[in-house]
Amino acid sequence: MRRQPTRTPEPARAPAKTPEAAGHRKRRAREHRLRTATATTSAALTLVLTACAAGHDGPVARTAPAHLSGTIQLWHHYSDREAAVIQSVVDGFEKKYPDVHVEVHSGQQDTKITQVVASGGDVDALITNVNATLGTACKTMENLAPFMRRDGVRASDFQGIFAAATAFGGRRCSLPTTSDVYGLYYNTKLLARAGVTRPPRTLRELERAALKLTTYKPDGSIRTLGFDPLVGFQQNTSATFGGTAGVTWMKGGQSAIASSPQWRALLGWQHDFVEKIGYAKLKAFSAGLGDEWSANNAFQTGRIAMALDGEWRVAFIQDQAPHLAYGTAPFPVLDGSGQAYGGGFVSAADIGVSKRSGNKEAAWALVKYMTTDTDAAVRLANGIKNIPTLKSAADSPRLDAPKQYRTFLDAAAHPASRTSPVTEIGSMLTATMDDFWTGYQQRPQEGLDSGLKKVDTDIDNALSLRRAK
Amino acid sequence: MMALGVIGLLVFFLYPLLANLFYSFTNYDLASPPKWIGLRNYSYLFTQDPRVGRAALNTLWFVALLVPVRIACSLGVAMLLTRRKRAAGFWRTLFYVPALVPPVASVVGFVFLFNPGTGPVNTVLRALGVKGPLWFNDPSLAKPSLLLLGVWMMGDLMVIFLAALLDVPRDQYEASALDGAGGWQRFRYVTLPNISPVLFFAAVTGVIAALQYFTEAAVASSVANGKTGIDAGPDQLLGYPDDSLLTYTQWMYVQGFSSFQLGYAAAMAVVLFVAAAAVMAVLLRRAGVFRQKEK
Repeated sequence: MRRQPTRTPEPARAPAKTPEAAGHRKRRAREHRLRTATATTSAALTLVLTACAAGHDGPVARTAPAHLSGTIQLWHHYSDREAAVIQSVVDGFEKKYPDVHVEVHSGQQDTKITQVVASGGDVDALITNVNATLGTACKTMENLAPFMRRDGVRASDFQGIFAAATAFGGRRCSLPTTSDVYGLYYNTKLLARAGVTRPPRTLRELERAALKLTTYKPDGSIRTLGFDPLVGFQQNTSATFGGTAGVTWMKGGQSAIASSPQWRALLGWQHDFVEKIGYAKLKAFSAGLGDEWSANNAFQTGRIAMALDGEWRVAFIQDQAPHLAYGTAPFPVLDGSGQAYGGGFVSAADIGVSKRSGNKEAAWALVKYMTTDTDAAVRLANGIKNIPTLKSAADSPRLDAPKQYRTFLDAAAHPASRTSPVTEIGSMLTATMDDFWTGYQQRPQEGLDSGLKKVDTDIDNALSLRRAK
Repeated sequence: MMALGVIGLLVFFLYPLLANLFYSFTNYDLASPPKWIGLRNYSYLFTQDPRVGRAALNTLWFVALLVPVRIACSLGVAMLLTRRKRAAGFWRTLFYVPALVPPVASVVGFVFLFNPGTGPVNTVLRALGVKGPLWFNDPSLAKPSLLLLGVWMMGDLMVIFLAALLDVPRDQYEASALDGAGGWQRFRYVTLPNISPVLFFAAVTGVIAALQYFTEAAVASSVANGKTGIDAGPDQLLGYPDDSLLTYTQWMYVQGFSSFQLGYAAAMAVVLFVAAAAVMAVLLRRAGVFRQKEK
């Protein structure tokens, strides 16, 4: 930051003898007052703003303290039923450490939590969503690597890519708690009626099956849809579709979307699929469906035969449509992309310690308990119905894993599973691609090549602004 | 009391204003101290931001259409209501009631009403053999749909016009009628000059509100795309469909509180402040013309 030049006040002089000299002195005095005011304001602003900085990593004791005590604050985004599950795990922690009390702040959005932590709020431990906010939140979180080394926690304790996905810029600022894993849901009755004998394994197979399963009303509008290919529909995003095609997002810290052949092939497939049914028909059908999270969810009511969705849908169906006959499978992969079938897009919730925490040892103990204690991880997964990231929890016989849920459990550990990269611009990375794709699917004449290059430029410009010094 | 007022002005107006101006020249993400980057935020805003242009145009659309249409409709309804002798109270209440409904509830109701698949509007159109449009799900109709909502909620403005119209001296109408003035001439030379301060008030407050248009568009976007709630972030919810409802203030919010580009959001706020001040200056000049004519 530039500094305002300061000057030593000049000694008092004899009164001016001419009007010009008097005017000159008044001007100088005014300028001096202005300079002083500017310098004072700048100094005050600097002081205030520096006070808002995120804090520093603290020293870590060589051995874990034998006794922990005090009150710590845990902030997270879960609400209602899921918040009760978090509370039950916290209760387990308090039982293990009776002198530590955890005050839980539930239902807080990730962005809000980051704001509170960054502005010096009373937060010791925080749960966030990796892809959305970790790029910023990581700066506010303690480096956990020294704690992990000391207490024997290894990245290899976690399955799949989750350990790697919860660090950013070489900093181990968080550990994964539970994860979301995406796959294909299919209505077994509708598939059998249309003569589709097994769930599709490639995107072309998915398209063929979907066209077979789609039925129309006499006026030409869609009655039942095989699969909705529109980006923007429910969980259809560039991140979730991209995860099944082995696409490249970034290379050397720059956007590499336009140079990834998988992106072109993926958009080409989706474009052909949309053309076969018609964008307007698909849009009219999608707009008339019930809310994704209500009991009127289109897959649950049988209006859509196949859907891309996360593992949580198993719990929703159990609750809202218990009689639905359905199966789950890994999401089909892009033909010829080299992507192995069996994985899918994954995303983790992560937990870390605030740099400003006044009781980092207790906060770390909570993080360690929630991420590496098998019983706690199983309780979390069974309650929230997400996928555990801890290997021992995924293998635990106590994990409640119905057949449909097991598909996602396997996919989480599959080496082909992907997530979108964590960057300084957070969800702006995927939102930029989503924005282009939603425009392209209705106006393909605007051009794929130029569009993808613009996406690269837009992402690079945003990153450049964020990295500006 | 005076000192308290000055302190309030310094703390709640001057400091935020100066702080915002300072931030607009920095790279600031809340998590680390702001770094001075000169005009970089402004150059990004005017030359590189892929969505700010669309957001600004959408906002200008609301300024250029929502404000005059609401004023015209409110004035028209108020004039009709001044002429009604029977059940005047009932009609005034009927037109005013929508203004009492919370904006969020109104938008949710409108989106369901205009739902292309299940909404009653398209159901009626289908029964008449007309293929209903996609309304809030069509990028070219989403803003006009909100315009309809704005007109439906015009009760607040209508009441003000009604009071102003009832205040116009009757003898001026009688005198102009004796001089042979027709309906349009009475409106142009008697009604308009008398209610011009109220018109000016409606224009100023309307333009300021339209420049800050946020809630209705944000709720319409999130309800129409069926992603209300759970893990959808603001950058996923706002602007749907196809950025047609993305307003300048929404984009500023996303940049500041979702992407943590506080410095950039501050630069956007400065530009909005300057633009609003410029529009106000033009309106004030026009008001000066009105006063001169009165003299």
